[in-house]
Amino acid sequence: MTGRLVLREVRRGLSGAAWLPMAFFLIVAAIVPFAIGPDAALLGKIGGGALWIAALTAALLPIERLVEPDRADGMLDQLALGGTSEEAIAGAKMAGHWLTFGPLLLVAAVPGSVLVGIDGTALGRLLVALAIGTPALAALAVAVAALTAGLPRAGAMAGLLLLPLAVPLLIFGAAASGGAPGGALQLEAAVALLTVAGAPFVAGAAIRAART
Amino acid sequence: MRLLDANGLALVRGGRLLFDGLDLTLEAGGGLLLAGLNGAGKSSLLRLIAGLLRPSAGRVERAQAALADEALALDRELPLQRALAFWGGPRLGEAMAAYDLDRLAEVPVRMLSTGQARRARLARVMASGAPLWLLDEPTNGLDRDGAARLEAAIAAHRAAGGAVIAASHAALPGAWRTLELGR
Repeated sequence: MTGRLVLREVRRGLSGAAWLPMAFFLIVAAIVPFAIGPDAALLGKIGGGALWIAALTAALLPIERLVEPDRADGMLDQLALGGTSEEAIAGAKMAGHWLTFGPLLLVAAVPGSVLVGIDGTALGRLLVALAIGTPALAALAVAVAALTAGLPRAGAMAGLLLLPLAVPLLIFGAAASGGAPGGALQLEAAVALLTVAGAPFVAGAAIRAART
Repeated sequence: MRLLDANGLALVRGGRLLFDGLDLTLEAGGGLLLAGLNGAGKSSLLRLIAGLLRPSAGRVERAQAALADEALALDRELPLQRALAFWGGPRLGEAMAAYDLDRLAEVPVRMLSTGQARRARLARVMASGAPLWLLDEPTNGLDRDGAARLEAAIAAHRAAGGAVIAASHAALPGAWRTLELGR
């Protein structure tokens, strides 16, 4: 059942608006030079961090379609009745969501890096850091979606929850993108691993608690 | 064969005791009709038996169950047959024929009328192959033909050794044990 759930998430992600977070990511990347000014050296310095902020905000967009429609339509109840644990449901959703979010974000990061004036080795570092960070962003998105499912104004609540939770990932991810010494990449990987490992349990408990 | 064995069930919802000390057993071929006024706890008892609610006291042991509640639980953008097939039930073809859904197989779920969606949720239960059916207001929204098909499906299921628990205001034909909640 878990495999079928992953496929279902991918199908729904692609038939829905998988490109929407990517377009949003690129628009945020495009407005950074307008806000900072055309100073290439300064842009190159802050570009990595700016793209991480763009990635975080892009991760917020799909949250409302990740868990709430399935809760409202009884899919989560039927899956539980069929013997699939809530943690497995959440894990499958995370995997399926990442497949439609992570690779596309990495692709969008290439033109995005041009917009903020990053190239060469800096671009390589950014892509590696994003590749490690996107599974954690997808896991956080599903966990936050489960925590806010069924609440009024869930979208705004999701932003308030996700952004603070993503701060450790942002710190190490942006540092690793900037080529900072001191093992920022390893620390980012550790934070991402912890997030991916813990999020299914948070989301699973939230799905159970939201049941009425 | 015993398909449901529940002892000393109690449920508190919203600070209100819906029932307590409830003992339920259901043998193969059995039928239990839950009656009671609105808010008496019929749907809650069904969700409790399904395992979606925790009893405040008591315990439930049951065979594999399938639930038809208010929610459709089918992907709206998929054709009906594929949406039903997602659940992987062993009796899909039989269930679609039993509720006359074959001609709707290629219609997207979101285009179904209310009554057709009601048939689809009943077909989902039948397709699951689960021996214990939990039906919440199964006749709601069905036309005369749909109700007749539901009755035939329930009779065949019980004759084949399954059991049915239905919460319904409308009388269902056949021999049912009635449990009046809220007294």
